[in-house]
Amino acid sequence: MPTKEIAGTTVELNDEGFFVDPEQWTEEMATPLAEQWGVPVPLTDKHWQVLHFMRSEYFEKGTGPTVRKLGKTSGVTVKELYQLFPKGPAKLAAGCAGIPKPRGCV
Amino acid sequence: MATAMTTTESTPGAGDKPKAIEKVSIVISKGSLEEIYPGLIMANGARAEGIEANLFFTFFGLDAIHKKRIDHIKVATVGNPGLHIPTWAGGLPGVSALMTKYMEHQIEELDIPGIAEFVEMISDTGAGLYGCLASVDLFGITRDELIDQVDDIITVGEFYDMAAGGQIIFT
Repeated sequence: MPTKEIAGTTVELNDEGFFVDPEQWTEEMATPLAEQWGVPVPLTDKHWQVLHFMRSEYFEKGTGPTVRKLGKTSGVTVKELYQLFPKGPAKLAAGCAGIPKPRGCV
Repeated sequence: MATAMTTTESTPGAGDKPKAIEKVSIVISKGSLEEIYPGLIMANGARAEGIEANLFFTFFGLDAIHKKRIDHIKVATVGNPGLHIPTWAGGLPGVSALMTKYMEHQIEELDIPGIAEFVEMISDTGAGLYGCLASVDLFGITRDELIDQVDDIITVGEFYDMAAGGQIIFT
């Protein structure tokens, strides 16, 4: 399992670069992670709203939400989501929020 | 030729990771529910992965971007062996409507949006929506009969220009 030092802490990542253990994530890691995932920084309040939503959904349901779910329930529209995370909102937000990649076709 | 097979520095080696798909152009050419959804799901899924996506609606696929028809897309119950009902039964009055209602219910259960909402969402993801000029002319459809999210009505040549450098998926 690859490990990586992010914001001074060593964390375990899977082959795709997603966190294996979301408990290892701290808020200080979000910006360095965003830079690695190609998310425009500095992170805005809207980015944080999505990241917190991703984590709460993950801890509640065991999997992160898809873009459709995010658009419906996070309070950020699909259009805005793609402005915040141009290369795939659910995937990149999961990467920055330290949770596994959400699975789902829609 | 032996020389062409020789591995050189500029030739990718066998162990190289395949290059990721960066762009897809998806053609939706049919107008039944089961022929429209797959293309929409593939376009939406591409955008979710950060892949550039364009949708090209041609022939009966135009119904998926037609204001008056988008909410009345039906499952084809005749000549559709996948439904596992006798062909004669598929042609009885009301069977298509009933089967459509049933499938729409199943789709909703999975929290997959209806076609109109899905097409709108796909437009919001930044995917392009295009109508086929030949089909629009063939059916005598005007621009204002198509939903507002449609970016343009284009020729097949323009479609190929747009698709350059990516993958084309025909459904």
